[in-house]
Amino acid sequence: MIYLQLFLSFFKIGLFGFGGGLAILSLIQMEVEQNGWMTQQEFVDIVAVSQITPGPIGINCATYVGYTVGGIWGSVLATSAIVLPSLIIMLSICKAYFWLNRRFKGNPYFEQTLRMLRFTVLGLIASAALLLMKPTTFIDSTSWIIFGIVAFLTISPEIFRKKEGNKLSTFNSQLSTFLSHPILLIVLAGVAGYLIYR
Amino acid sequence: MFFQLFWTYLKIGTFTLGGGYAMLPLIQREVVDRRGWIDEQEFLNMIALAQAAPGLIAVNSAIFIGWRIGGWKGVCGAVLGAVLPSFLIILGIAMVFADWKELPAVEAVFKGIRPAVVALIAAPLFKLAKSAKISWLTALIPIVAALLIWLLGVNPVWVIVATIVITLIVVDIVERRRK
Repeated sequence: MIYLQLFLSFFKIGLFGFGGGLAILSLIQMEVEQNGWMTQQEFVDIVAVSQITPGPIGINCATYVGYTVGGIWGSVLATSAIVLPSLIIMLSICKAYFWLNRRFKGNPYFEQTLRMLRFTVLGLIASAALLLMKPTTFIDSTSWIIFGIVAFLTISPEIFRKKEGNKLSTFNSQLSTFLSHPILLIVLAGVAGYLIYR
Repeated sequence: MFFQLFWTYLKIGTFTLGGGYAMLPLIQREVVDRRGWIDEQEFLNMIALAQAAPGLIAVNSAIFIGWRIGGWKGVCGAVLGAVLPSFLIILGIAMVFADWKELPAVEAVFKGIRPAVVALIAAPLFKLAKSAKISWLTALIPIVAALLIWLLGVNPVWVIVATIVITLIVVDIVERRRK
């Protein structure tokens, strides 16, 4: 019953996936791994494709995993299953919006839970990255150099933003914002990979 | 209303790269500035809700705005518009990628891309940690969560459930003391 399993897995991911796409990756990864649906390498490739194509990363991943596991119907099922919990929960929230707003705004139970979940989500994102740092994805020292450069360029706008005022750092700030674009970084890493490993 | 919402979200879904967060400014421009369907304050409330609820932020926002503007039909239009472009594009890629994957050139390209993808997952953590106003003490929460999942293979679902349960218990104890 591959279809039932696919539906249940992605329903669970939609239901417990707090914190958006990157945090949801760790849940998708765990389901994919536990069900033995694909290798780690295949999963990273899917994440790569999801990041360079338009749309929410979670939808892209669900569609791709669904197709790999169960063909076209698998992809329809996985994508619907990840959206379904959102539909149920968000529609309930919308219907009870004014009541909820009055009841839960400033409620310590509610506000603290949301605050703690924000911290936990950081851990989920970190674990998604840690789980992928394996010999299958990091094949040699060049891999670590690519990792270092991409990580630095992604963080660099934060570093250069601090020193405002002088002209050179404004230039650096604009340049680093341009260079930190994920799609550009993936394309550059792909070109580097082609030149190095070909 | 169905087609207007469908069309609006289809445009947003087709032209935003980089996931849900990247969609928010575009949604704001279309829905608040251009169409005037909801005002700025309600848009901000919507973002807060879409982030607090589980699921994908782009889908959650589509549901909220669809419901506010067009009821059931609005929800269907907005969600289909938000999901369909990604679905079709990825389906197309998935169909051909299986054949390309074996080519040595494609494999070389992906050997370069894989570590970059891991960096793109890890690096935003710094910015996210800063915006979550993390302290040395609260930094323990993500560290413990990451270690549980990474080293012990705990399912992230349980980490989320544990976070909710422990927080509720602690807040309950604190609230009772106060009374």
